[in-house]
Amino acid sequence: MSDLTKLKISEARDGLKEGKFSSRELIAAHLTAMGSAKGMNAFITETLDKAVDGATKSDDRRAKGDVGKLEGIPLAIKDLFCTKGVLTTAGSHILDGFTPQYESTVTTNLWNEGAVMLGKVNLDEFAMGSSNETSFYGNVVNPWRRTTDDQPLVPGGSSGGSASAVASNIAMGATGTDTGGSIRQPAAFTGIVGMKPTYGRCSRWGVVAFASSLDQAGPMTRSVQDAAIMLEAMCGFDPKDSTSVDMAVPNFEAALTGDIRGLKVGIPKEYRLDGISSEISALWEKGIEWLKNAGAEIVDISLPHTKYALPAYYIIAPAEASSNLARYDGVRFGLRVEGESLDDMYSKTRGEGFGEEVKRRLLIGTYALSAGYYDAYYLKAQKVRARIADDFKEAYKSVDVILTPTTPSAAFAFGEKGDDPLEMYLNDVFTVPASLAGLPGISVPAGLSADGLPLGLQILGRPFDEETVLRAAGVLEKAAEFTATPTAWWRG
Amino acid sequence: MSLDKNTVAKVANLARIRVEEKDLEPMAAELNAILGWVEQLGEVNTDDVAPMTSVADMQMRWRQDEITDGGYQPEIVANAPSEEEGFFAVPKVIE
Amino acid sequence: MGMIIQGATGDWEVVIGLEVHAQVSSNSKLFSGSATEYGADQNTQVSFVDAAMPGMLPVINEMAVEQAVRTGLGLKAKINKYSVFDRKNYFYADLPQGYQISQFLQPIVGEGTMTIELKDGEIREIGITRLHLEQDAGKSIHDQHPSMTLVDLNRSGVALMEIVSEPDLRSPEEAAAYVKKLRSIVRYLGTCDGNMDEGSMRADVNVSVRKFGDELGTRCEMKNLNSMRFIQQAIVYEANRQVDILEAGGKIKQETRLYDSVKGETRSMRSKEEAHDYRYFPDPDLLPLQFDDAYIEKIKADLPELPDEKKARFIKELKISDYDAGVLVAEKEVADFFEVVAKGRDAKLSANWIIGDFFGNLKRTSNTLSNTPVSADSLGALIDLVKDGTISNRTAKEVLEEMFDTGKDAAAIVDEKGLKQVSDTGAIEAAIDTIIAANLDKVEQYRGGKDKLLGFFVGQVMKATGGKANPGVVNQLLKPKLDG
Repeated sequence: MSDLTKLKISEARDGLKEGKFSSRELIAAHLTAMGSAKGMNAFITETLDKAVDGATKSDDRRAKGDVGKLEGIPLAIKDLFCTKGVLTTAGSHILDGFTPQYESTVTTNLWNEGAVMLGKVNLDEFAMGSSNETSFYGNVVNPWRRTTDDQPLVPGGSSGGSASAVASNIAMGATGTDTGGSIRQPAAFTGIVGMKPTYGRCSRWGVVAFASSLDQAGPMTRSVQDAAIMLEAMCGFDPKDSTSVDMAVPNFEAALTGDIRGLKVGIPKEYRLDGISSEISALWEKGIEWLKNAGAEIVDISLPHTKYALPAYYIIAPAEASSNLARYDGVRFGLRVEGESLDDMYSKTRGEGFGEEVKRRLLIGTYALSAGYYDAYYLKAQKVRARIADDFKEAYKSVDVILTPTTPSAAFAFGEKGDDPLEMYLNDVFTVPASLAGLPGISVPAGLSADGLPLGLQILGRPFDEETVLRAAGVLEKAAEFTATPTAWWRG
Repeated sequence: MSLDKNTVAKVANLARIRVEEKDLEPMAAELNAILGWVEQLGEVNTDDVAPMTSVADMQMRWRQDEITDGGYQPEIVANAPSEEEGFFAVPKVIE
Repeated sequence: MGMIIQGATGDWEVVIGLEVHAQVSSNSKLFSGSATEYGADQNTQVSFVDAAMPGMLPVINEMAVEQAVRTGLGLKAKINKYSVFDRKNYFYADLPQGYQISQFLQPIVGEGTMTIELKDGEIREIGITRLHLEQDAGKSIHDQHPSMTLVDLNRSGVALMEIVSEPDLRSPEEAAAYVKKLRSIVRYLGTCDGNMDEGSMRADVNVSVRKFGDELGTRCEMKNLNSMRFIQQAIVYEANRQVDILEAGGKIKQETRLYDSVKGETRSMRSKEEAHDYRYFPDPDLLPLQFDDAYIEKIKADLPELPDEKKARFIKELKISDYDAGVLVAEKEVADFFEVVAKGRDAKLSANWIIGDFFGNLKRTSNTLSNTPVSADSLGALIDLVKDGTISNRTAKEVLEEMFDTGKDAAAIVDEKGLKQVSDTGAIEAAIDTIIAANLDKVEQYRGGKDKLLGFFVGQVMKATGGKANPGVVNQLLKPKLDG
C-alpha cells in the first residue's frame, strides 16, 4: 500500500479510474506517511477526519460517475488559505485560534474538483521568508540531506511545508503562494515542480494577503503534468477578486505536446551574476542545450533592470504588507494582548503577535510610505517596477519564454545564512523580477549538486501564456530525467 | 536618509508595534542596512516613467448594486477575542 | 453679508470651508454586498469583507460610481474619467481594515460650483474643490458598557461622497445655506437622502479668521457636525475663540477640535493630536476607476431639473414671485407637490395655498410632506372649488382644516356640511327683500347719506343665508335695491 504515496497525480488518477484502488486507500496511505513524518514539521494542522470523510465521499461520487479533475487526490494546503472551520494561522502567533467561517476560492475550486485535504502546511510567517525559519510553528525541515553531512537543511520558503510534504510523498500535491518566489524557490530546494501562474489567474479571495499586487497561488507537484492538472483545477475567474482576470481556463494538460520546435527561448545576460555557484551555471548551460536539442531557438536577451528588482521588491512588498497586516489588531479575531488603552492593546498585541522578520518588514514598509519618504522609496520603487515590466515586454517581442536558474544555490542548512536579512533576500534574485511583472513562471528539478541536493531551472512566459511555459517545462523535465529521491530519514 | 533610534520609535508607533527600548538601536541598524541597499534604486532613471499601479492590464469590473452578503452576525463575531451581545468589545476609548 | 468680529485691534473676517460627507443612496456597500439600511441590529449588515477578515477583497459597487458622477454633474463639476482608490492608513477600533479606502490624489470629481442665496436675496457662488468616494467607518459606542467600548460594523464600508468646498464661506449663515443647498441638490439627484439625524450627511467645518485683506489664517477643523444648528454654533464659538487668542498676541495651532453641543464649545481632541501620517498609497486590491464620455453623457441625459433651474422656470413661466419660488424649490418634495397642484390651475393661487394654509396645517397636525393626509390632488380639488365659486375662500380654509383632521376630500366635506355657496340670485333677492322690509328705518338713514350702513345690510344677508351667499352676488344685488 505504501507504494500509493509514490504515485503522481496523473498516475493516481488512472489507478482510481481503473479501480486499482479507492480514494480511501489512497488517503489512508498518505495519512500513514503523514503520521510518520512529524519530524519534518511540515504540517501545522492535520485534518485526518476530514481527509477520511473526504475520501469516502469521493469514492461515493465516483461510484455515481461524478468525477472531478482531482477526484480523490490527497493534497496539502498552505496555511495561508482560509479553510472553513479549520484553524488558519499564516504561520503567525497573531492568528491564534483563528477559524475562518469561509473557504478560499482556490480551495473551493479544488474541493469542487474532488480533491481531498490532508491538512494545513507550515510556511514562513505571513509568507515572509525564503527558508521557512520564520514560522511561529517552528522550522520545516527539507527531506533532502547532503551526501556529505547530516545537517538538517531548509526547504526554502515561504511555501516550505508544501514543498517538503510533496517531496517526501506525504501529499501528492500542495497549494503554494508566490509573492517573490515562494513557490518556485522551495520547489527548487526540494526537487519538485512549482508553478506561479500569471497574476490574476488564481483568485486571491480567502488567501491571507502579504503583498496584494504580487501574491499569486499556484501548484506544487512532482511532475509538470501534475502541475498542469492541478493548476487547471485551482484557477479561474472569480468576481470576488477585482484583480482576477475574466478569461477561460485552457486545458493546460493538453498543452504538454512535447513539441517545442521553433520556440524562441531567451537567455538573459543579466542573470549571469557574480557569486552564482558554478554548479548552477553549469546546469543552466545544460538546460539551454536540452531545449536547443529539442528544436528550440536560443536567443540572447537583455533585461537591463534585473539588478534593481530585489531592492524594488523589498520596498513594495513590505509597504503593501504594512497596510495589509493592519487588520491584525486583536479586535475581531486572533490574538489579543490586553493593554491599558486601545492603542496600548494594539501595540502589545502586534508586538507579541508578530515575529521578528514580519516586524522588520512592517517597519520598513511603514517607513517607506510615511510622509516625506513616500516619493523616495515607494513611488521610486513602483517606477523601477514599471521599468522591469517594460524590460520583459521588450524581451517578449523576440522570445516566447525565458530560461534561467531558479535559485543562486542549493538548499542551505539552518542558521547558515547568518543574521543578515540581506543575504537571505538574495535567495529570490532570480524569481522576484517575474513576480514584479506579474508573469507566469515554473521551476523544474533539473539536476543534483555535487553534494546530492536538487537544483531547479526556471521558465518564464508571457502573461497568461501558461500553456507555452508548461510545454517548455515538460520538455525540460523529460530531458533532465530527474528521478532522484530523498532518503526517508524522517521515518524514525 | 539614515534612520535613527527616535525615528524607529516613531515608525513603530505608527505601525502600532511595541518595540522594547533596548531593541530600538539594533533595529535601526538593521533597517538602515536594508534602506542603504535600497538606495541603489536611485541609479535608475525614472524621469518619464509612470509608477506601476497594477500588473494586470485590464479594466476594473463593477459589481451590481444588490444585497448579496451580510446577515450573519454570529459568524462575524465568532472569532472575536472579546464580544458583548454581538458587538466587538475593546478597551474603553476616552475622547 | 459676512460675519465680522469686532476686536480691540480691528475687524476680523471669518473664513469657512466645509467637507461634507454624504452617504450614497445605494442598496449595498461601496465594496461589499451587505445592506446599507439604517437602524439594523449590531453587526447584522456586515460581511466578512466589511469585518476585514483575512483574505477578503473589495469589489466596487457600480451604483456608487454612478451616484458620484451624477452628484458631480449636479455640482457642475469636472468629471474625471480616470480616478484612483487609495488606502488611508490609521488604527481605530471601528476601522477594521486598519485603513480606509478613499481617493486622495485622483478623485472621481474635480472642481465645480454651487450658488447659495442668502436671506437678503444676495446670491453667492461657492467653489467646490472636489468630490471623492470613500468608505464609512463603523460605530464605536462608549457609553453602553462600564469598561469597554463596543463596536458595531453595520456602517463599515458604506459608500460616502466627501464633498469639499473652497474656503469661500464667510459666516455661519452662509455655511448653513451651503449645507442646505447641497442637501437640496443631492436629494433632487437622489444620490443621498440628506438625513442628518441618521448621519447620512455630516460636515467637517474648517474655520479661520483674518483681518480684511490679509492672507488666510491658520485653520482649525471641527469634525462630524450633524445639524445645521451645531454647524453655526461651532463656527461662532470657534471664530471668537480664535480672535481672542490672536488679539491676546497668541497663535492659532492647526488642529482637530471637538464641538461639544451640550456645553456649546469646541475643545482640542488630545487623543487625536499625535501626528497623523496616513501613508496614502494606491490600493493594490483595486484597479483604477475608468469610464468613457458616453457613460457620463448617459447619466447627464437622465439628470433631473435642479433647484436653480426649477426656480428660474417657476418665476419665468409660472409668474411665481422670487420668494415663493425659492420656498417651493428648496425641497424637491415640495416642488414636486407644487407642480402636481399647479397643473392646469392658477399657479400663483396654488403657491399661495401651499405656502400658506397647507404648510400651516401640516405644522398644526405635526405632519411632514412625506406623510401628509392631504394629497396634492386633494388640495387641487379644494382650490378648484374656490375658483369656480362653489365655496368662498374663508370656507375653504375651514374645509382644509377638516380635510387634515378627517382625511376626507373637499367635495365630501362641502356636501356633508352644506357649505356650498349660494349664487342663486332669486334666493338672495328674496333674503334682501325680507331684510329691507324689516329695516326700513335704516334704509332711510342709508339713503340720507349714511353709506356705512351698507356693511350692516351685507352682514344681515349673509347671516340670513347661513354664510353661504356669494358675497359678490350679494353686493351686486343689494346696492340697487337700497338706492331705490
